[in-house]
Amino acid sequence: MTKGTTRNHISRRHMLAALGTGASVVAMPWIARAADDTIRIGFPTPLTGPFAAEAKDQVKSAELAVKQFNDKGGINGRKIELLVRDDKLNGGEAATRTLELIEKDKVHAIVGSLSSAVQLAVNEVTRARGVLYVSISQSDTINEVKDFSKYTFHEALNPTMTAGAVARHSFKKGMKVAHLVADYAYGHEMLRGFKRAQAAIGVETVGEIMHPFGAADYSTFMPRLRSMRADVLCISNFGRDQANSIKQAVDFGLKQQSRIVVPVLLHNQRLAVAPEVFEGVVGGSNFYWGLESQLPSAKAFNDAYRAANNGAIPTDYGAYGYTGVSSLLMAMQASGGTDTDKVIAALEALKYDVAKGPQYYRKCDHQSVQSVLVLESKKKADMKSDNDLFSIVANEVPSEEVLRSCTELGFPG
Amino acid sequence: MDTELILMQLFSGVALGAILVLTALGLSIIFGMLGVVNFAHGALFMVGAYAGLWVASLTGSFWWGLIVAPIMIGGFGMLIEYFLIRPLYGRSIDDPLLLTFGLSYVLVEGVRIVFGSDGIPFPTPSSLTGVVDLGVGFFPIYRIFVVGIVFLVVVLLWLGLEKTKFGLIVRAGARDPTMMKVLGIDISKVWLLVFGLGVGLASLGGVLSGPMRSVNPEMGALVLAEAFVVTVIGGLGSLVGSIVAGLLVGVVISMTALFAPEMATIVMFALMAVVLLIRPQGLFGKLA
Repeated sequence: MTKGTTRNHISRRHMLAALGTGASVVAMPWIARAADDTIRIGFPTPLTGPFAAEAKDQVKSAELAVKQFNDKGGINGRKIELLVRDDKLNGGEAATRTLELIEKDKVHAIVGSLSSAVQLAVNEVTRARGVLYVSISQSDTINEVKDFSKYTFHEALNPTMTAGAVARHSFKKGMKVAHLVADYAYGHEMLRGFKRAQAAIGVETVGEIMHPFGAADYSTFMPRLRSMRADVLCISNFGRDQANSIKQAVDFGLKQQSRIVVPVLLHNQRLAVAPEVFEGVVGGSNFYWGLESQLPSAKAFNDAYRAANNGAIPTDYGAYGYTGVSSLLMAMQASGGTDTDKVIAALEALKYDVAKGPQYYRKCDHQSVQSVLVLESKKKADMKSDNDLFSIVANEVPSEEVLRSCTELGFPG
Repeated sequence: MDTELILMQLFSGVALGAILVLTALGLSIIFGMLGVVNFAHGALFMVGAYAGLWVASLTGSFWWGLIVAPIMIGGFGMLIEYFLIRPLYGRSIDDPLLLTFGLSYVLVEGVRIVFGSDGIPFPTPSSLTGVVDLGVGFFPIYRIFVVGIVFLVVVLLWLGLEKTKFGLIVRAGARDPTMMKVLGIDISKVWLLVFGLGVGLASLGGVLSGPMRSVNPEMGALVLAEAFVVTVIGGLGSLVGSIVAGLLVGVVISMTALFAPEMATIVMFALMAVVLLIRPQGLFGKLA
């Protein structure tokens, strides 16, 4: 399995390098944009497909960050432009769009993508072309030395942080856990994150079921999940799979037997089913709008977002668009422009707090060290408004302790 | 592996199969009688779910949604037949296929514009929530209700096609439409009703699926694939085939989910490949 993946990566890398060379030969100078001094940021994201709701929120948040910098006069007087492209949740499509953004649109940096696999495809291109990339989708492999690129900064949480925080706040020593996992990169990485945390706490795994990605019916997995008699049912999947699997687990009465826990509790998926279904479900998150009662930066972000979007509130994956673009622009400002090496140095030195408390990028793997939220879905009776979905169970302070160490990731000590 | 678990898994398979039967029947009827491969079947299933949700929220009752939406969308199906499909009769089988394929995109985009691309909750009717103890395990009451509805629909369809004059005309029309015209029977009216019936069944499937899955514009895509697999295994155009194949696929998926869960989706395509190798016309199909 591992061998196959590695081979795949190398061949894709070669293919992309070849493609890139081809494109640069073909791309005639007059097709390229005029060399004005606008700072251009490419933003590939899956505007169509099952993650469309989350992707649209990402765009709105990214646009807000750009607007705020432009309103303040840009960076050294240079205006900023966001170039949004639909990657269709497909690695090949994302790589092509990214290459186009780099070769044809002459972007100074890329921010975006919303799937661990698609993000790695974008990473291959930006690494080969030496272009800055702020990635905003969960991944553990992007931190590892084999996929590391000095041009890439990982703004999103990673499964080690997310699953770890959820496990620390919902698992207790001696508990039994059953796992229902989506059979692709995201699910596998989350499962690994949970197991790592379980080992530290002393929690037993009583069973694992891998379900096909995008399954609509989960009824055939329920009898076996029930027979495992677990204290916790841990469901590691994303997007619509999350809403469907939790709904059906509840229909089959599994909530009476086990507490349901997910790595990432999604705002938009909770809205896709009734509050009774998600009631009591615990999961991690990078951002929840309710932080505004305790954090001035969250309040400022929410207010600006509301003003720009007819009173709508920002959501979890959407907020990555804001924090990711903001950190990049702050580093550009600090370095005085778009010189790649200077911006990298500025990003490595940057301390920022734009929406969710203090953050910084760790030097070795460029992972954003940041707070991790653990949320619990509210009972309908406790909801004060339609957006009052979750209560904050825990807010883990930013700490490198919860990350895998640089040596564990393969970086020289 | 204890017997209780296997029995429970068998039951889950039959219940899942019943849902597959319902979605495959509409597709099979339209192909069997009209020779039209309806690629908009999945989209109409989805439109049915939205219509059911809409009616249920207007009237405050799931039951009105269950009854009104299939009739409403069935009527919409008749409009599709009258204005879009009818001009294509007598031409190659690809023409209505391409037309309905395009129509499915129009329907999905239309629903996205009206209802948005996020999922919408469709609560289970309160009288049917909860689980029932089957002796070997627990099963949601709602899913047992769905099995009952499918059984009822199958019985009504059989009675309608085998025991009524209309059924006789439909069956004769499927076999020799020219002779029917010679005998002075207006076959185009029959086709209009049959298409409406097939679409109504798709939309009934959509309404019934609503409380089991979340309702979203893409929910029909997988359903279309499943319905095709079931009709191909059962034999294109054969109603008995659709019923047997639907239950068979449900049980095979369920048993696979027990022993190799990650294969649960792919197994139905493997089953279809095996059936096509051994009996290319499907289990109950007739060779053309």
